[in-house]
Amino acid sequence: MRSADDWLSLLQGVPDPEIPVLNIVEMGIVRSVTCSHESVQVDITPTYMGCPAMDAIAYDIRTQLTPLASLEGRGLTVELVYAPAWTTDWLSDGAKAKLEAYGIAPPGKTTDKRALSGEAPSVRCPKCKSGKTELVSLFGSTACKAHYRCNDCSEPFDHFKCI
Amino acid sequence: MNARFEYLLRLGDDALLLGQQLGLWTGHGPVLEEDIALTNIGLDQIGQARAWLTLAGRAEGTGRDEDTLAFHRDQSKFRNALLCERPNGHFGDTIVRQFLFDAYAVPLHAGLAQSNDAEISAIAKKSAKESAYHLRHSQAWMVRLGDGTTESHAKVQESLNLLLPFVGDLFHSDEVSSTAASEGWGVDPAGLRDAWEATLTETLEAAQLRRPDAAPEQVGGRLGRHTEQLSFLLAEMQVLPRTYPDAKW
Repeated sequence: MRSADDWLSLLQGVPDPEIPVLNIVEMGIVRSVTCSHESVQVDITPTYMGCPAMDAIAYDIRTQLTPLASLEGRGLTVELVYAPAWTTDWLSDGAKAKLEAYGIAPPGKTTDKRALSGEAPSVRCPKCKSGKTELVSLFGSTACKAHYRCNDCSEPFDHFKCI
Repeated sequence: MNARFEYLLRLGDDALLLGQQLGLWTGHGPVLEEDIALTNIGLDQIGQARAWLTLAGRAEGTGRDEDTLAFHRDQSKFRNALLCERPNGHFGDTIVRQFLFDAYAVPLHAGLAQSNDAEISAIAKKSAKESAYHLRHSQAWMVRLGDGTTESHAKVQESLNLLLPFVGDLFHSDEVSSTAASEGWGVDPAGLRDAWEATLTETLEAAQLRRPDAAPEQVGGRLGRHTEQLSFLLAEMQVLPRTYPDAKW
C-alpha cells in the first residue's frame, strides 16, 4: 500500500489548471494527505476564496488518483480547507523561478515592509528583468494576479499578488 | 430561533448579492481593466458567499446546502443588508456601494478572525486578505472620481448622497447579533461603526467629497424586509435552477 508520501509524489503530477508549469503541490494548494487502511484523504486549500479552478483541481485529483486507490481497496476523498489561509510564502524559490520563466512575475515575501504599508512592491519584468515597471491594475487575468507593464521593454505581464 | 443560522445567512447573503451584481458588469466595465477588476472582486464575494452559506446550511441542520440556500429561497428569506441590493447604476454608484461595504468588511473580518469557532475564524482570516485588497481598489477609485473632473466629482457625490442612508443594516444589532457576540463566535455589528467611520472620513477628505447631511438610515434587510430591487436580482439569479431543478452542466 502507498504511504502518504507516495500519494504526495503522485499529486506532483497534477498541474495547476491556470499555471500549468507548476503542480498543485508546488502551488501550496495541497495541504496534507491522510491515509488509513480504507481511505486516502487529500486536503486542498484555495489561493482565493472564489478561485474557480478549485473544482477543476478536485476533479483532476479524483480522476487521476481514484483508480489507483481503488486498486488498493481504498476510497479517495478531496476536502476543501480554509485554515491556515494560503499565502504566497508557500511558493518555493524553485516554483518562483518557474513562474518567472513562464512570464509571470513571482510574488515577493508578504513579510516585506512595503507589502505591509500597502505601498506597491518593486516588481521585476519577467522578460527583460528591468525593475522599471508599473502597476496597470490591481486585478489581472486570474484572482491571484495583478496586471503590470514594463517601462523598458513595454511588455505587459501578470504579477502574482503577494498575500 | 437558530441564531447561528441567521447570523451566517447575513454574512453569506451580503457577499452573494454583491457577487451577483458585480458579475453583471462582465463585458460592461468602463475600461477593460475595470471590467476585470469588478468581476474579480465579484468572484471573491461569491467564494466567500459559498463558504458562509455552506456553514449556514450545516448550522440549520435540515440538509440545505449553499446552492439550495442561494437558489431556492424567496426574497423575504434573504438576510442581506439593503446596501448590497442597491442596483449597480453607473460605475460611480457601484464603486461607492463597494467602498461603503469594503470599509465595513475589513473590521468585520478582523473581528470574525478572533471567533472561538474554528470554521468561522478560518473563513474570516482568508476573507480578511481579500477585503483589504478590495478596499484598496474601491478607496483609490473614490479618490480618483471624487478628486477628478467636475463631472466625475458631481456624479460620485450624488452616488454617495443616495447610498449612504442604506448602510444602517451593516451596524444593526439585535438578538441574533448579540447572541453571536456574547457566545464569542460572532461580532457585534454596532462595534464596527467606529472603524468604518474613520475610513469613511479619511477617504472623503482625500476625495474632496462632502458627507451628506444626516438622513434617516434604512434598516430591514437583516429581518427580511427588502426593496423591490431584490426581486429583480433574485429572478435573474434563480430562474435557471428553479426552472430546471438539479440540472447539471
